[in-house]
Amino acid sequence: MIFSDADITALLITLKLAIITTLILLLLGTPLAWWLARTRWRFKFLLEAIVALPLVLPPTVLGFYLLVALGPNGPLGGLMKFLGGHPPTFTFTGLVIGSVIYSMPFVVQPLQNAFNAIGRRPLEVAATLRASPIDRFFTVAVPMTRPAFLTAAVLGFAHTVGEFGVVLMIGGNIPGKTQVVSIAIYDHVESLEYLHAHWLSGGLLLMSFIMLMIVYALNSRFRMLHP
Amino acid sequence: MSIKAKFNILRPNFSLDVDLNIPNRGVTSLFGPSGCGKTTLLRAIAGLDRYKQGFLKVGDTIWQDENQFIPTFRRSLGYVFQEASLFSHLTVKGNLEYGLKRIPDTGRRIPLDNTIELLGIGELLERKADTLSGGEQHRVAIARALAVSPKLLLMDEPLTGLDQDSKKEILPYLESLCNELEIPIIYVSHTIEEIARLADHLLLMEAGRINATGSITEMLTRLDLPLTSGNDAAAIIKVTVTEHNEDFHLTHLDFDGGCFSVPRNSLKVGSKVKLRLAARDVSLTLERQTGTSIQNIFPATVDEITTEDTSRVMVKLIAGGVPILSRITKKSLVELDLKPGKVVYAQVKSVVLLI
Repeated sequence: MIFSDADITALLITLKLAIITTLILLLLGTPLAWWLARTRWRFKFLLEAIVALPLVLPPTVLGFYLLVALGPNGPLGGLMKFLGGHPPTFTFTGLVIGSVIYSMPFVVQPLQNAFNAIGRRPLEVAATLRASPIDRFFTVAVPMTRPAFLTAAVLGFAHTVGEFGVVLMIGGNIPGKTQVVSIAIYDHVESLEYLHAHWLSGGLLLMSFIMLMIVYALNSRFRMLHP
Repeated sequence: MSIKAKFNILRPNFSLDVDLNIPNRGVTSLFGPSGCGKTTLLRAIAGLDRYKQGFLKVGDTIWQDENQFIPTFRRSLGYVFQEASLFSHLTVKGNLEYGLKRIPDTGRRIPLDNTIELLGIGELLERKADTLSGGEQHRVAIARALAVSPKLLLMDEPLTGLDQDSKKEILPYLESLCNELEIPIIYVSHTIEEIARLADHLLLMEAGRINATGSITEMLTRLDLPLTSGNDAAAIIKVTVTEHNEDFHLTHLDFDGGCFSVPRNSLKVGSKVKLRLAARDVSLTLERQTGTSIQNIFPATVDEITTEDTSRVMVKLIAGGVPILSRITKKSLVELDLKPGKVVYAQVKSVVLLI
């Protein structure tokens, strides 16, 4: 057996995490990107800077603050405990929260750029053709920026698969619960199980490469359709 | 149904203050130099930009007053932008049907098939929008705006950015469109040739104000307006085709002040067309000339005279109630002793049929 049971569990957790995170990111990131692209609010740069923070922040720093905030004594974790819930630290929910924040810029930025690029004109045209704001978002803005949605989804997914510091901090590397592939590889190396580390690493490398290849292939096809 | 619009827009480097009534039929042209506020006004009428100080009533429907603002997508209007702005992710058919699908069946007063035929785009329906030529794209954009059967059509320099050939290709379509549609059209332009061909009424704009309004024939011959000062100053005359003379291969065109003979054309007898009569092509005599090669001569009364420059004057004449312009030298003015009220003969060297 190339992969141990623990490895396969870690792979499944990673995939589940990446899929759920990507879906949430598209749901939250699309309206946010749309708003950032449209608004004339003078302080929008503040929000843009906050969204972009994970790009420059060491993941451990982000993970540390999340751990503090979401822990039983932190403001958010405390609130959840007070409301009768369970603080999300060291759970799968915690991983999702951390991943969403960590991968947010990878989804918001391509979408925001694409929305900026199409400009107001197509939407104004749609408005003169009786389309309501929501109607023109789904029938004009989304179809015209389809390649950006693909890019955003794949980048969000791949970046979540590849994260380490945040998930380690907030998830605590509990095998079968919060242990993801990247941490499993680290554990293998620590235990000098290089063969296992090779197989997992190689698998991730291949997967990432294939995903990016698909994005670029599809995007260049889109470009051919819309030169 | 007429259109009443009142806007007062104040911006740091620009102000617009207009109060206008637009007739319920025909083409009303907003004419003026770039930056005078034509597009701003058109966008305000469409509701694409929202200004607090505004009143807009189209027919019986209030689109904007101090209490309400109907958003663009609920206004029964068609808008043709300067750039064709077709949806690149749709085919031509998809573009045309985008608006059509969004109006109730009962509201489809302008049949799409007619529009497609009128604009000659039947062959293009399955093509992707971005594979069309500039002229084709503009025709599709016009058809798309008409597909929603608007009660008001707004056109913002729809021929800008097109080369001369594409313009020539579109103009006849636009013209037949303007003649056939029974809805008011507001047409923004800064080229007098386009306006002379298409417009029935003219709103002259300058620096955010409406300077003068009137019918196209009246406005183009008003000596107090800048329209008559250029080298291309010309009167527009509406004529009716009365007969074709096969012996001399001529076509006769009547107007209230007389008759023009022009080279034979294929227009139907009885059809109405416009003639462009340049001021520099009209000379004046005190008596009807005989023994001249000029065919088109008719009596007219001098109405008004202005000095153009050191050597030339512009004379406005009335022939059968129709205003005409004639540019002559000061020397001729003195020698003929022209004064308002004097009867003269206008000799027309050439005319341009606007078809």
